[in-house]
Amino acid sequence: MSFEIPVKIGLEIHVQITALKTKLFCATKADYRSEEPNTLLCPTCLGLPGALPKVNKKAIEYAIMVAKALNCRIAPKLIFCRKHYFYPDMVKNYQISQYDGPGSTPIASNGFVRIIVDGKPKIVRIRRINLEEDPGRIHYPTGSLLTSKYSLVDYNRSGIALLEIVTEPDIESPREARIFLEKLIAILEYLGVTDTRLEGAFRVDANISVADQARVEIKNIGSIKDVERALTYEILRQKSIIQKGGTVSRETRHWDSSSKVTVPLRIKEFEEDYRYFPDPDLPPITISKEWIEEIEKRMPELPDARIERFVKQYGLDEYRAQVLVLNKWLADLFEEAAKEYNNYKSLADWLITDFLRWVKEFNVDPSRVKATPKHIVKLLKLLDEGLISVRMAKELMPKIVLEGVDVESFVKQHGFSKLSDESELRRVVEEVFREYPRAVEDARRNPKAINFLVGAVMKKTKGRADPQLTIRIIRELLQSQQ
Amino acid sequence: MSHKYISTPAYQLVEEFRSDPQKIHDYVDAIYDRIERVEPKVRAYITIRSRDEVHKDVDMLIKSGNYEGPLFGILVAVKDNISTRGIRTTCASKMLENYVPPYDATVIRRLKSAGAIVLGKTNMDEFAMGSTTETSAFYPTRNPWDLSRVPGGSSGGSAAALVAGEATLALGSDTGGSIRNPAAFTATFGLKPTYGLVSRYGLIAYASSMDQIGPLARNTRDLALLLSVIAGYDEHDATSLPVVVPNFVKLLDEYVHREQRLRIAIVKELFERSDISVQSVAGKALDRLCSIHECDEIELRYTKHIVAAYYIIAMAEASSNLARYDGIRYGLKVEVENRSWIDVYTEVRTRGFGYEVKKRIALGAFVLSAGYRDMYYIKALRFRRMLKEMFNEIFKRFDLVASPTMPILPPKLGELVADPIKMYLADINTVIANLIGIPAISVPVGFYNGLPVGLQFMAPPLAEDKLLYVSQQLEDMLKLRDLIAEVS
Repeated sequence: MSFEIPVKIGLEIHVQITALKTKLFCATKADYRSEEPNTLLCPTCLGLPGALPKVNKKAIEYAIMVAKALNCRIAPKLIFCRKHYFYPDMVKNYQISQYDGPGSTPIASNGFVRIIVDGKPKIVRIRRINLEEDPGRIHYPTGSLLTSKYSLVDYNRSGIALLEIVTEPDIESPREARIFLEKLIAILEYLGVTDTRLEGAFRVDANISVADQARVEIKNIGSIKDVERALTYEILRQKSIIQKGGTVSRETRHWDSSSKVTVPLRIKEFEEDYRYFPDPDLPPITISKEWIEEIEKRMPELPDARIERFVKQYGLDEYRAQVLVLNKWLADLFEEAAKEYNNYKSLADWLITDFLRWVKEFNVDPSRVKATPKHIVKLLKLLDEGLISVRMAKELMPKIVLEGVDVESFVKQHGFSKLSDESELRRVVEEVFREYPRAVEDARRNPKAINFLVGAVMKKTKGRADPQLTIRIIRELLQSQQ
Repeated sequence: MSHKYISTPAYQLVEEFRSDPQKIHDYVDAIYDRIERVEPKVRAYITIRSRDEVHKDVDMLIKSGNYEGPLFGILVAVKDNISTRGIRTTCASKMLENYVPPYDATVIRRLKSAGAIVLGKTNMDEFAMGSTTETSAFYPTRNPWDLSRVPGGSSGGSAAALVAGEATLALGSDTGGSIRNPAAFTATFGLKPTYGLVSRYGLIAYASSMDQIGPLARNTRDLALLLSVIAGYDEHDATSLPVVVPNFVKLLDEYVHREQRLRIAIVKELFERSDISVQSVAGKALDRLCSIHECDEIELRYTKHIVAAYYIIAMAEASSNLARYDGIRYGLKVEVENRSWIDVYTEVRTRGFGYEVKKRIALGAFVLSAGYRDMYYIKALRFRRMLKEMFNEIFKRFDLVASPTMPILPPKLGELVADPIKMYLADINTVIANLIGIPAISVPVGFYNGLPVGLQFMAPPLAEDKLLYVSQQLEDMLKLRDLIAEVS
């Protein structure tokens, strides 16, 4: 996709560190998703008078891991700051975060992420990463802020550890934004920091300016698909303003995921004054080189390294390697299967095209996929041995994905195996010859017309006929009957 | 006052109770009888637990069989900004008038496991903002030595309760002198510990980088006893110091036994800035102390910036700490039907906070706001670092720094609040210790026309033992111990 007028997009991504068992500043259980509202609370995460925060050290370690994976510079000292604004989801009416200014610094800054757009490498710079606390969750009875008469607040989410990852405005199209986010999510998944499939674990605010006009912020986007949609909508909206000779005003808009439009939230005339200052309840924490090195040692292989390895070790091209690696569970499945099956390219193709297609088609959570590497290997071996046809293999794939059927016994039970018995197939071909005498005549005169006969055989055998053998028999019969 | 239970030191009571625990009931009754008599005049408390409830606590305590607690059976008055589970904790504010904490502050847990019993919650300046206990949203507390005068503040209720015989020990909090100021105005002993020695968990924050809970008592030994109980590392407070806390009572005995000679710096300017009355009483006591120690006058530079820096930092932090009071989760409730949250917040904060609190929130928000932050807040922080370095130098040559605790005698009600600049300036001697996190003590050293005068000592971090040592020496010399005001 290309745009005749320049588009600049910067993203602000909020990712919950769902790998943590407790909240960022207290020992309260963090997994709030299946709990009754306002049950996971303690004096600290409810902001009761006199309660104090205590940093969850593991959260800092996860933040350092992410910073390293995004090639960031890590601050030598972690200084928590208070960011002040009044809002009902904030228990203290300030958020403990970091601040890029005198007296404080983000935990990490100046990083980058490599992506590939239309086969070309590109770099999206990371401006900074903050480690901060999530506010509570506001519930709108009608589902929308615009139409609700009142709202309810659930503070279970209050104090959950959150990473705020901010990019530079390096992204030039909604599709690029999607590609970047897919890569980012893959990195986070590899690190085991967050399960982005959990509701609310991954939220995006997007800043967009078209044709160097005012910057518009879109808040509250909950999925990669919606980021692409919201940006596409916003570009169209802004372009039409510009084309009519108007100017885009600086504002904050809200993504309404049900009606798939952005709606104005407030005009932003000046920067909000958050009155940042270092949180006196939390002394600065030194992040030593030794600590970083120790954390690095525990870090798993990251997507870029794995893609490179897939190219070298399995001889895959970069595209296939990337598709596999960015779907971590698929790449894991590939590597397991590759231990027992060495036609890596064929394996990769089957996984990327058929297998992945069905997973997406059925919208199955990868953790629920029934197929094991063994299933895939068996299927491909049967195919190689000529015991099933490509078409059969394709038909079997959804059963493998959804039910994890054992290919071998399924084929035996349902007579699903390829018809490669020559005498049996010859009988079928003779039948077809009797039924379609005109087609036989045509085929004699025009060799290309043979396809009709092959098709008829396939139909009769429900696709089980071995295509190669079928063609040979038809040719033999055509000649012998001449 | 001579009733034995009323003025008896805690350390003696504990011994007595260990041999006959049933005496605790007699002691409770004596204190409650006294409260019934004097409290209507003094008004030291905001909440007093019922006599029956406390007797039940005593029964439980005796039944537990744990007679070895260092505060076994002692009734303690607790400042009303320290969270007590199940007991209303108001901060002397309309905002929290009906707030009952669901948890105990760390110091309260420590008190309980030491065998102490919380008797009630004492009056204070609203959110500890004040030096007289007059900004309390409910009523001012009177000075038991002269009911027309203030007891100091902000822990005025705690100090008044002690000297009126309404408790044996008391807890206060000190952000800029709030323990030492009322101690000086009531002839009691008050200590602000090193920042981080006592956990702040459960202390309702005013200015977090300076707030410290500390003990008040009628003699040095009781002060040491209470400090030993409340001090110590707490994992709930990230600013808590990971140090092993000594038994201050034992340490006190060792010091007195050794008769160690100390080097004491006398801050000339802080004496000269004080009223003549204060200078004469404090000077006389100091002369006696200097006959056994090595004293020297020092000059302190930049004194005029001290109070400004203190109030800028305190107000900045206060504006942040008090942002949470919006009436949504706890605190003052107002009508919410058909109103925006901004409306509701505005009404809650307009009605819930008093004038002094609003003033400090507004000024604090101002000094933190973009464009003014560097001019005020950052500059104040820089001054604070400089002051710390100045005192590091002083403590290379001296063990202690002496000055009057308060430059004035206890004023009449209404006198100081009417002149806020004078009120803030009166804090000059005490705020230094809070700005730089060092310990300081106020010791009663005499009376001027029946009004108490206190002497303050500051020490390097974690040198509480030296403070207690000079306090004990002055107490032995001047015999100003276990004082109870008649209240009439």
